[in-house]
Amino acid sequence: MRGKRLFIAVFLLPPLLLYGIFVVSPYAQAFQISGTNWSGLSPTYEFVGLDNFTRLLGDGYFWTALRHNGLLLVLLPVATILLGLFFASMISVGGRADRVGVHGVRGAGFYRVVYFFPQVLSVAIIGVLWKQMYAPTTGMINGFLRGIGLDGLAVAWLGDPRFAFWCVLAVLVWMNVGFYVVLFSAAMQSIPRDLYEAALLDGANRLTTLVRITVPLVWDTIQVAWVYLAIIAIDGFAIVQIITDGGPGSASDVVGLRLYKTAFADGRFGYASAIGVAMFFLTLTVAVMFLRVTRRERVEL
Amino acid sequence: MTYGISRRGLLQGAAGVAAVSALGGCAMGGGDDATDSGSKGEVTANNPLGVKADAPLEVVIFNGGFGEEYAKAHEAMYKQRYPEAEIKHSATQQIAETLQPRFVAGDPPDVVDNSGGSQIDFNGLVSQGALTDLGELLDAPSLDDPSKKVRDTLLPGIVDVGSYDGKFLTLNYAYSAYGIWYSQKLFDAKGWAYPKTWPEMIALCKKIKAAGIAPWAYTGVHARYMSWPILTAAAKFGGIEVIKAIDNLEPGAWKSDAVRAAAEAYYQLAVDGFVQPGAEGMDHIQAQTEWARGHAAFISCGSWLENEMKAVTPPDFAMAVAPTPSLTTGDKMPYEAFRGTGSEPFIVPAKGKNVRGGMEYLRVMLSKKAAADFTTKVSSLTAVTGAAQGLTLGPGLTSVTRLIEASGGSAFTWLYSTYYRKLERERVNAATLELLTKRINAAQWCDKVQKSADEFAADPAVKKYKRA
Repeated sequence: MRGKRLFIAVFLLPPLLLYGIFVVSPYAQAFQISGTNWSGLSPTYEFVGLDNFTRLLGDGYFWTALRHNGLLLVLLPVATILLGLFFASMISVGGRADRVGVHGVRGAGFYRVVYFFPQVLSVAIIGVLWKQMYAPTTGMINGFLRGIGLDGLAVAWLGDPRFAFWCVLAVLVWMNVGFYVVLFSAAMQSIPRDLYEAALLDGANRLTTLVRITVPLVWDTIQVAWVYLAIIAIDGFAIVQIITDGGPGSASDVVGLRLYKTAFADGRFGYASAIGVAMFFLTLTVAVMFLRVTRRERVEL
Repeated sequence: MTYGISRRGLLQGAAGVAAVSALGGCAMGGGDDATDSGSKGEVTANNPLGVKADAPLEVVIFNGGFGEEYAKAHEAMYKQRYPEAEIKHSATQQIAETLQPRFVAGDPPDVVDNSGGSQIDFNGLVSQGALTDLGELLDAPSLDDPSKKVRDTLLPGIVDVGSYDGKFLTLNYAYSAYGIWYSQKLFDAKGWAYPKTWPEMIALCKKIKAAGIAPWAYTGVHARYMSWPILTAAAKFGGIEVIKAIDNLEPGAWKSDAVRAAAEAYYQLAVDGFVQPGAEGMDHIQAQTEWARGHAAFISCGSWLENEMKAVTPPDFAMAVAPTPSLTTGDKMPYEAFRGTGSEPFIVPAKGKNVRGGMEYLRVMLSKKAAADFTTKVSSLTAVTGAAQGLTLGPGLTSVTRLIEASGGSAFTWLYSTYYRKLERERVNAATLELLTKRINAAQWCDKVQKSADEFAADPAVKKYKRA
């Protein structure tokens, strides 16, 4: 037994050590820095206790950013998972049943590739792409709207505080949905076909099949998706920075961007770390909460 | 026989690792004090700053609109003077991200072009004492004429804009003139003349609009570009004191009659529909492209515009710049006055290994030869007086030189945007967009910006500077 433990330890220690140095230790240091007024430009700093956190509580710009993350947290997982489930079920089981049994809609293989496409692009490219799409006079979206005679709907998307946030949300859904389509279709592949055939014989329509059979049987996967998406929603930094840079004003600001700007533009690493610490607890809470809420009896097949 | 690690156990273990590593390596570094005491060479007439001839020199350049080629030429000139010195050159767009850890470690490069969107905040650098006082450089003899001090070869305003509490800490190498840009070709073709007063501007805008062109383009993402003509007009209307009050974060500075009158004038553009529809959603490149394509007549920008838009400007566009129109006939400054100031700030970090070499490098940059080379390469004027004489300049830059000559030394600038960068970059930027999209009016704009300025004035974490 001892030999086996040693054997396992030999393989576990190096990665744990690396993880400790490059993941855990920066986190721990952020906690330490959040108690200082460190500017990030010299080795000198003073401990200021909880000053940074007090300031955080009264910082309207932080709360605005947090509210946007909150909205993302509610809307992004719901929208992405619903769309993902819909597309995945169409691809996997959405076709009319015929002699070959239950299968996807015509061209399912093609859709599968197309949906996955945004995953292949880097966030930077997606950001620049969509920024151009939203451009007021040269952008494709307004061009399309004008093309079909809806000139009145062609607005300056990213320049209007009423729309900027929703534009970013749309991009976030667009760039994430493909991955979940693939994830959910993989999960659906493991559902026995005869269940669907039985449901079809009983006269179930597609919606009933989706809600009564597919969703319960891929619930574990949905749960995982939920946590992933929640974490993306709490971050959102890269795409926001590229598309709107938080603007106009703070209309699409998120906590991650606030942190970055506080650290690198304002030279306030202490305060930025306090934001980071707040974000750490937020992410942790959300992950635990979601896992609790979505806990459910596993369906045994 | 299975055993699992419980979540609690894992967390406890992780906490232990965290505690241990917090004691060890740390982002905040040690208190390693490097000084340049060892690197001072002999002071001679040819080497007034006492550079150690064989000391290596490290230069980090912001690789933005000006690129990095000009710096390589400057480095070659330095190398010519000190052949034994080894020069390390690098260029990046992420100045703050790249250099921040090196400032912490007490190992910064010797010369930094601290520019661009990711510039290191000067308020932080100065309050930490991270910069070398370049006063010695100002008093050193110029490379071209030993009887002249470097100080006397600089354009007016360069020393002001690089000084913090009386210490000259940054050399803004490029000289930018700010004004309203238009196409001379378009104006000639339509028989329009650039307006010298605000009523003339409004009258001309009506004609421009009637001709099917948007009178004004602006960048919604960087709406602060429009705060420049507003503040310039305010200074011309009420005198430089208006600007000094703003720079010194005086209470009510943004609510002065001059600032409000200027804000109202520019708000009028939005009210009358003289700004290009959709501009609020454009970034500077998109807006400037609209303008260069002739979809809009005026745009507010600095003299880097010509170089920035080189690729899309039609060859016979005849780009020209003019001062902001006077608000009234009783303005305190003449119509010809404009905002002119240094940009592209070069610094010599105080903890660099070769501080003397860094200063000498700046002295080399300030020679006429180096300055002329810069102007030719990147189409921008420099801080050096008269260095562009005899060079063939593009139409835009030629009009900039005319603007400078006509002003007769009445150029001025504000410093709040360098003292308190965030005030302009975030707050004024956001408020100005709201002004131009008519979500707030001029008086509300003044209130809003004043409120932000008051926040900075009251924040003990922000170092305050006083402009004399």
